[in-house]
Amino acid sequence: MKGNEAIAEAAIQAGCRFFFGYPITPQNQIPEYMSKRMPQVGGCFLQSESEVAAINMVYGAGGAGARVMTSSSSPGISLKQEGISYIVGAEVPCVIVNMVRGGPGLGSIQPAQSDYYQATRGGGHGDYRMPVLAPGSVQEAVTLTQDAFDLADRYRTPVMVLGDGLIGQMMEPVDMDQAADRKPAEDLPAKTWAATGHKPTDEAPRAIINSLYIDPVVLEQHCMKLQAKYDAIEAAECRWQEEMLEDAEIVIVAYGTTARIARSAMRKCREKGIKVGMIRPITLWPFPEAAIRATLKTAKKFLCVEMSTGQMIDDVKLAVEGQRPVEFYGRTGGMVPTVGEIVEKLESMNGAKTGVEQLLNQTGAALDQAANAAQKTFASIGQKIEQKVNDPAFVQKTEELKQKTGEFAGKALDGLAKGATLLGEGLNKAFGALSGLVSGEKKNDNNDKEGNE
Amino acid sequence: MAVVFKKTNMLTDKPFHYCPGCTHGIIHRLVAEVLEELGIGETAIGVAPVGCAVFAYDYFNCDMMEAAHGRAPAVATGAKRVHPDKAVFTYQGDGDLASIGAAEIVHAATRGEKITVIFVNNAIYGMTGGQMAPTTLPGQVTTTSPYGRDTNHCGFPVKVSEMLSTLNGPAYIERVSVHDVPHIKKAKAAIKKAFTLQMEGKGFTLVEVISSCPTNWGKTPKEALEWVKSDMLPAYPLGVYKDITAGGEE
Amino acid sequence: MEKQFLIAGFGGQGVLLIGQLIAKAAMREDFEVSWMPSYGPEMRGGEANCAVVISDEEIGSPLVTEPPVLVAMNKPSLAKFMPKMAPGGILLYNASLIEDVELRDDVTVIPVPCNQIAEELGNQRTANMVMLGAVLGATRFVGADSLKETLREWLGEKRAAMLDINWQAIERGQALNA
Repeated sequence: MKGNEAIAEAAIQAGCRFFFGYPITPQNQIPEYMSKRMPQVGGCFLQSESEVAAINMVYGAGGAGARVMTSSSSPGISLKQEGISYIVGAEVPCVIVNMVRGGPGLGSIQPAQSDYYQATRGGGHGDYRMPVLAPGSVQEAVTLTQDAFDLADRYRTPVMVLGDGLIGQMMEPVDMDQAADRKPAEDLPAKTWAATGHKPTDEAPRAIINSLYIDPVVLEQHCMKLQAKYDAIEAAECRWQEEMLEDAEIVIVAYGTTARIARSAMRKCREKGIKVGMIRPITLWPFPEAAIRATLKTAKKFLCVEMSTGQMIDDVKLAVEGQRPVEFYGRTGGMVPTVGEIVEKLESMNGAKTGVEQLLNQTGAALDQAANAAQKTFASIGQKIEQKVNDPAFVQKTEELKQKTGEFAGKALDGLAKGATLLGEGLNKAFGALSGLVSGEKKNDNNDKEGNE
Repeated sequence: MAVVFKKTNMLTDKPFHYCPGCTHGIIHRLVAEVLEELGIGETAIGVAPVGCAVFAYDYFNCDMMEAAHGRAPAVATGAKRVHPDKAVFTYQGDGDLASIGAAEIVHAATRGEKITVIFVNNAIYGMTGGQMAPTTLPGQVTTTSPYGRDTNHCGFPVKVSEMLSTLNGPAYIERVSVHDVPHIKKAKAAIKKAFTLQMEGKGFTLVEVISSCPTNWGKTPKEALEWVKSDMLPAYPLGVYKDITAGGEE
Repeated sequence: MEKQFLIAGFGGQGVLLIGQLIAKAAMREDFEVSWMPSYGPEMRGGEANCAVVISDEEIGSPLVTEPPVLVAMNKPSLAKFMPKMAPGGILLYNASLIEDVELRDDVTVIPVPCNQIAEELGNQRTANMVMLGAVLGATRFVGADSLKETLREWLGEKRAAMLDINWQAIERGQALNA
C-alpha cells in the first residue's frame, strides 16, 4: 500500500470516524481514500473550505468526543496552527498528519523535514508541547497512526504524525491484518469531559470545551497542569530505535525517511571498518535525549542528518551537552540526501579526529619521533666510540699522546704559575687605578652638578 | 406562594458581565427559553465566539465549546457531524461572523449545515472597545472611523441575512430586533422556528438579531434603543429572508 | 543481499507496473521490498519512473540514485539516468524506441526490442512485459514461478484470460539473455 493510503486505513481501523481536510500535495491520497472509505464505515468525510476551517471542525468533533483526524502538508499545517493552539488549550484529543514538503512559503512539493521546529516547538502560540511521531516506513506509519489515537485520548492532546512525501508516496508491504479493527487501549480514561450534549451527572458534569482563562492566576494553574501532563508524556512515551551502537564511535541521529538513507550509509561504512551506529528518534517530542546521552560511552562524535538546513541538530546538541562535537549533513527544499553523500561525510569525520585528540596525537607522534631520533644518534655515537677505542692504531696514538701530554702538562704548569704571578701583579695595579678613579669621579660628579644648575 | 416568574433552567446562575443597557442579556434569555421550551436544551451543544459573548459558555446551561475568532460555524460543524441528533448552535457577533469568520459562515450555510446560528449585530466591535465593524453604518463614528465610516474609503456594511439567503443551503434566515417587547416576542418566535427546523433536519438556520451597544455608541441605554429604530432598522430591514417551509415573506 | 532497480519511461508504457510486479514477486519470496514512484509535476510532463529495492534485511534508502540495474523504456529516460548508473551495472533498454545513442562501455548493455516482440505476439500492450521478462533473465531476482503467480494474482479473475499472452511476452524477454 502507498503510505498515505495505509495511514488513512490505519486511522479507520483505529476507530477514527471523522475526517476534515483540504486538498494539498503530497498528501491528497489521504482525503481521497477517506472520502471513499468513510461512507462505507458509517463515518464522515468532509472537505472543508480551508485548512483553517478543517482544524476547527476537528476541534468541534474532538470536543464532542469523537476520534477525529485531519491531514495536510506544510503550508496547510501553518494555516492550522491557530486551531492547534486552541485544541491544546482546550485539551481536545485529535490526530494531525503532516506530510512535510519543502518550504518556506509555497516551497516545493518534494519531501522535506523542515517543519521540525514548527512541530516540536509548538508552531502555534502559547506555552505548549505536542507529541510528534515520525514513521520510518509504511508499516510504522500504520502503527504510529493507530498509537496516535490512543496517545491523544490518554493525554487529551493533539498528536502529530510527521511524515514526508517519500513516506506518503512509497509503497511497501504492510501487515494490515495486525492493524485491523484495532481497539482503543482498555485503560483509556472515559471522555467524561466531552461536549456530547448530555444531561450532567456527577461523573460527567456540564462540559465546557474552552481555552480562555481570563484570570492569569487561573491560566498559570492551567499551564502548570499542562506542563505536568507533558512531564508524564516525556517519562512514559519517548520512543527511538538503536542500531549498531555497541561499539559506535560515530553516532548518526536521523529520523523518518532520512534515517533509512542514513542506515544504508551506516552499513556501507561498517563494511569499510568505520564504527558507525545510529539512533532514530521515533518520537520527535518527547525527544530521546537520554538514549543519545547513553551513547557517550563509545561515541566520539555525532552526525545529525536531516532534510533541512539543521533543526533537530539543536536537540541533539542539547542531549550531548557539549561533551562531543555534533556535525551536520542535510539537504533541503525538497532535495533528498543520497547514501553516497552521507558515506563521504562519515568517512571525512572518521579521518579527521576531533581538535584536542588531533593535537594530542600530533604532539605524541612528534615526541615519539624525537625520542627515536635521539636514541639512534646516541647508539651510533656509542658504536663509533667503541670501534675507535679497539683500533690498535688508536691505542698506539693514545699512548704517544699520553707521553706528549705529560711533557706538555709540565710546561703548561710552569706557564700557569708564571701566568698566575703576572695576574696577581696586574690585579694589584688595577685596584690601585680603580681607587684613584673613584675619588676622581666624585670630583667630576660635583662639577657636573654645578654645570647643570 | 404561586410562582409567577422563574428564570429558565437553561441559563446558569452566573451573573452576566454585559454592560448596562446591552441587549445580549435579552438574546441569551430568548435562546435559553427556546431551548428549554423545545425540550432540547439539556442535550444541546453550544459554541461561543470571540467578542462580547466570549463567556457565553458560562451562561448557557448546556455543553459548550469556545471557538477561535470567527470559527464557530466550523466547530459547530464538527460537533453536529458527531452528534446529528443534538441541537447545535453558535452565538456570534458581527465582527466574529461577518469579518474574520466570513468564510466559515458562508460555507456552513451553503453546506446546509444543520445548525442554528444566533447572529448578534450591533454594528460595532464591543469587547475591544468600539472599533469599526463590518456592519458599521455609513457615517457611523467608531474609534477606528473617527470621522464616520467613509464608504469611499472602507466600503459598505455587510448584509449577512440578505447575502446568505441567496444560497441554497439555508432553510431559514430571519432578521429580528429586541428594542421593544413586541419585537422581543417576534425574535423569540424566530429563534424557536430556527431550532425547530434544525431538529427536523431541514438545513442551515440563522437568526440575525439587531442589538444595541450603548457603551461604545456613546449613548444612554434609552438613546441606544432609539438609534436602533432610527438608524439601524432602515439599514437592516427586519423580516424573513429565507424560509423553505413557507416559501415567502411573512 | 540487496538489489536495486530503476525503471523509467513515459507515462502509459507501464513502467510503474514493471516495478510493482518486481516488488510483488520478490515479496512472494519473502524479501523485504520497497517501491517508490516519482510524483508531482514531473509526472505531468509525461515522464514516469519508479525505484524498487529488494533485500533480505530491513531496507535502508528506498531511493535508487546510482542504479545497478536501469530499465530505460524511452530515449529521454536513458539520457537522464544512464550517466548515474553504477559501473558494472546492467542496462536494459527498449531497442525498439531507442536508436543511435552512445552507450556506456563500463556496464552490461542488453538491448530489448520490446515493441517489436510485442507486435510479433500480436499485442502492443505487452511491451512492458517483454522488458519485465528481460529483467528476470538478466538478474534472476526471483524464480519464474513466483513472477507468474504474481502476474496471475495481479490480473485477477476478470482478466485471467490475459495471463497467457502476458506470460509469453515475459518468456520472450527472458529468453533474450537467459
